[in-house]
Amino acid sequence: MAKNAVRRSRASSTVREREQQQPLPPEAEQIAAAGSVWQRRHLLDLDDFTAAEIELVLETTDAMKEVLARDVPRVPALRGKTIVTLFYESSTRTRASFELAGKVLGADVINVSSSGSSVQKGESLIDTVRTLQAIGTDVLILRHGASGAPYLAAREAAFRVVNAGDGWHAHPTQALLDAYTMRSRLGDLRGRKIVIVGDIAHSRVARSNLWGLTALGAGVVVCGPPTLLPVGLGACGDALGQPPDDMEEAGLPPVRVEHDLDRAIEGADVVMALRLQRERQESGLLPSLREYSRLYQVNGERLARAKPDAFVLHPGPINEGVEISSEVAHGARSLIEEQVQNGVAVRKAILYLLVRGERPPTS
Amino acid sequence: MTDLLIRNGRVLDPGSGLDLVGDVLIRDGRVAAVGPNLPGDGVEVVDATGLVVAPGFVDLHTHLRDPGFEYKETIATGTEAAARGGFTTVCCMPNTDPPIDTRATVEYVLRTAAASARVRVLPIGCVSRGREGHDLAELADLAEAGCVAFSDDGAPVADGALLRRALEYARIHGLTIIDHCEDPEIAALGVMHEGWVSTRLGLRGQPAAAEQAYVARDIAVAAQAGGPVHIAHISTRGAVELIRTAKERGLPVTAEVTPHHLTMTHHAVAFSDGSTPSANGAGRDHPELVEGHHPELVEGLAYDTLAKVNPPLRSRDDVAACVEALRDGVIAAIATDHAPHADYEKACEFDEAAFGVSGLETAFGLCMTLVHSKALDLPTLIERLTSGPVRALGLDRFVSGLGTLAEGAPGDVVLLDPAAEWTVEPERFASKGRNTPLAGRTLRGKVVATVYGGEVVWSGEKVEA
Amino acid sequence: MPDGAVMSAEEMRRAIVRVAHEIVEQNEGCRDLMLVGMRTRGVPLAQRLAAAIEEFEGERVGVGALDIGLYRDDLPERGTRVEIKPSELPQDIAGKRVVLVDDVLYTGRSIRAALDALIDYGRPQRIQLAVLVDRGHRELPIRADFVGKNIPTAMQDDVLVQLEETDGTDQVLVTERRD
Repeated sequence: MAKNAVRRSRASSTVREREQQQPLPPEAEQIAAAGSVWQRRHLLDLDDFTAAEIELVLETTDAMKEVLARDVPRVPALRGKTIVTLFYESSTRTRASFELAGKVLGADVINVSSSGSSVQKGESLIDTVRTLQAIGTDVLILRHGASGAPYLAAREAAFRVVNAGDGWHAHPTQALLDAYTMRSRLGDLRGRKIVIVGDIAHSRVARSNLWGLTALGAGVVVCGPPTLLPVGLGACGDALGQPPDDMEEAGLPPVRVEHDLDRAIEGADVVMALRLQRERQESGLLPSLREYSRLYQVNGERLARAKPDAFVLHPGPINEGVEISSEVAHGARSLIEEQVQNGVAVRKAILYLLVRGERPPTS
Repeated sequence: MTDLLIRNGRVLDPGSGLDLVGDVLIRDGRVAAVGPNLPGDGVEVVDATGLVVAPGFVDLHTHLRDPGFEYKETIATGTEAAARGGFTTVCCMPNTDPPIDTRATVEYVLRTAAASARVRVLPIGCVSRGREGHDLAELADLAEAGCVAFSDDGAPVADGALLRRALEYARIHGLTIIDHCEDPEIAALGVMHEGWVSTRLGLRGQPAAAEQAYVARDIAVAAQAGGPVHIAHISTRGAVELIRTAKERGLPVTAEVTPHHLTMTHHAVAFSDGSTPSANGAGRDHPELVEGHHPELVEGLAYDTLAKVNPPLRSRDDVAACVEALRDGVIAAIATDHAPHADYEKACEFDEAAFGVSGLETAFGLCMTLVHSKALDLPTLIERLTSGPVRALGLDRFVSGLGTLAEGAPGDVVLLDPAAEWTVEPERFASKGRNTPLAGRTLRGKVVATVYGGEVVWSGEKVEA
Repeated sequence: MPDGAVMSAEEMRRAIVRVAHEIVEQNEGCRDLMLVGMRTRGVPLAQRLAAAIEEFEGERVGVGALDIGLYRDDLPERGTRVEIKPSELPQDIAGKRVVLVDDVLYTGRSIRAALDALIDYGRPQRIQLAVLVDRGHRELPIRADFVGKNIPTAMQDDVLVQLEETDGTDQVLVTERRD
């Protein structure tokens, strides 16, 4: 389909552009020229976002932040709209963040929780989606353990879908708030060195950040043990050293892969530590958490090799002493709390843009 | 009617070395003569002008789901689908419920086939009792009851020791063990090929090594046991290379490949190039959702469950290797691995969706893509669908002349139009399984009519002269 | 219907000075006064008013900027512009005499949205409205307290205020919309 072909070529053309320092791709110029038209019905992933679209979200977030600073942080922008949060995986911060975002915008927010898989529950995702459709949902915020679930929901429903995290695949609002946080401290992210450390293979936060940050022109380095890095990143070939055959068309963001954190972190502007789940060690991907933290923990000693004013991010919740030392997590360079604060503003911006940023009706 | 004269087609029977314009005369359900201008007094005539006339296709790998999963398919509907696809013989896999591991179940299958099947059904028996992978099934009994080969398909033969015993035991009956080569530890519950697409989609991947590891095991064990092993649905370059080397060494190894593994890659899971959305069926029957529902406006990745199959669709290089191996005969047969499922088993999250493609009715059209792109010539394609499969499993011991149009061979013929275009419409399939990633696609190459035992069991268009 | 420019730069300057005087007169001075410009063009207008007041009264009046994007009632129909910017108020508006400043008063819906926004910030003593141009066709019971110029228009006309700060030149244009 032409649509997807355009999207894929956009990923690779963006790479070429950055290398040749060409102007933004035509779609982005069009968007900028038309005065920030938002064309999306859903927020599923950042993989096909242009820099201009991300900029629009970040700018809108500025306005939303101001609202939150007021005595009465309420605006009627989404009054009368029904927002449903459907979380198949439990989460305190993301769900609360979305709920608050919706309420500040004046919408009615309903939280539906579903523990366990849809199969256990007996009702399929599609049936649930149809039920929500019938009760008049305008926006569904979905977190699900299966990658691709939000795409399924988006195909089946007339309402808008926001992906609050699907399997290992994407967590676009997290990446947007991470970008916003970095931008608010560093300004333009073009050319900045951003190091993401940890379990990249199982991290939807990492994947979305890779798309977002590379779209904004940052240089991204992913670092972790080979067992926690997914196939195909950074032009990794197979064990014989052969490059993957469809590399020209490889729809993966251009990142550098490093296994040595001491080397990777040199001169970094930002270090993002990912949560290491205990299950990874239990399923044999790591010999032990102790060895992991010895090699990959973001601590003061390592941070000294980064730029002197480098910042530290973490999507939370933190395993203190594992992927990040307590001292760094709570230290002056840490932006972890800001990330959470910015989360509500970013999610407000997303909800507003999805609901109010309609495609103009075709006459 | 078991007498039929098929007139004036291009008769293409690679198994007999035939390629001529002429007629095929069937008497009493068997091929009586092949040649130009045959006399056909009093016999029903089918005009095959402009068409290719080939032996009926033989599918070594079909899941008829009957007994036990009749909601997915039955022997009746599956064989109807086979007929439409040009297949006059299907070998049905034993992962039914109960599995085909006792004489009683074999007899059930044969009885049901005799009563309701459109085409010939040859049962494949289990290697292990209950397909549980511990003890050998009663292979001799199954053979006597009518099984033509053994497999635990759906799963690999569980361990090398069991495989060795099975090969040694089956050898005395001259029967082949068909193995689904997938190392479960390496495969690690992967739902698609492990590659950049699985990384992109955030899905657990099954690496090529999972197939190669078990192919290597099977070749080594077969060499030791001296018995023939047939590798089911091969999909990787690595495995192809192993088989090539084994054959060069003269080892008793054969292999088959599916039409989708010859033409589709893991891209199909992420990027749908068809014109209709995925989740076939779901959402489309609900008019209340149509308003405001614009499937084509959903951005992004397809997560197409209709492209979820085991072994998974692999990389372009793997596909190229399989095509090459098919061309030079390292892979002896095309087999569909027809795997029908109910709509709701595919209309769900990718992780949850069932594996399999309903492939009988699209096999020929899909394979013709290779002929049109000059990757394969038509006679070779026909060979790999007819005499190739028969030779791989030695099926002509059970049905003399099967897969050819030699004198005395069964009167199983397929009439093909290699240039005719048609659109894949799963709602009109004979198979209960609508699960194909080709919905809405236009294929070039069509089965015009199928003849089984001299009787026309499928004709898409009127062909009577 | 007049086509083209209906106010020149000189006419605009005089109108702004006159409105500034009227604001101070009506409010009996500058105590508790705050000018809040509505984005986008209301903001430079508010700044010009504040500059004029400082010149003849010698007092500095606070100037704020109000973005009403989150309060509009007509967004889907409006079409493509979705940019919203932060609002900035120089002080707490509780107890203040707020003068809302906008370039064109038309249906009144923007002003309604602005009133909602202001009240979410606090409780001003009073709210007044100053506009450069009043083009008629009110859809809500809203009126301006201070008007630069009344320009009767047809509904299909476009009225465009151009300011040096935002458009590089000062003029007010009225164009008939072509079908």
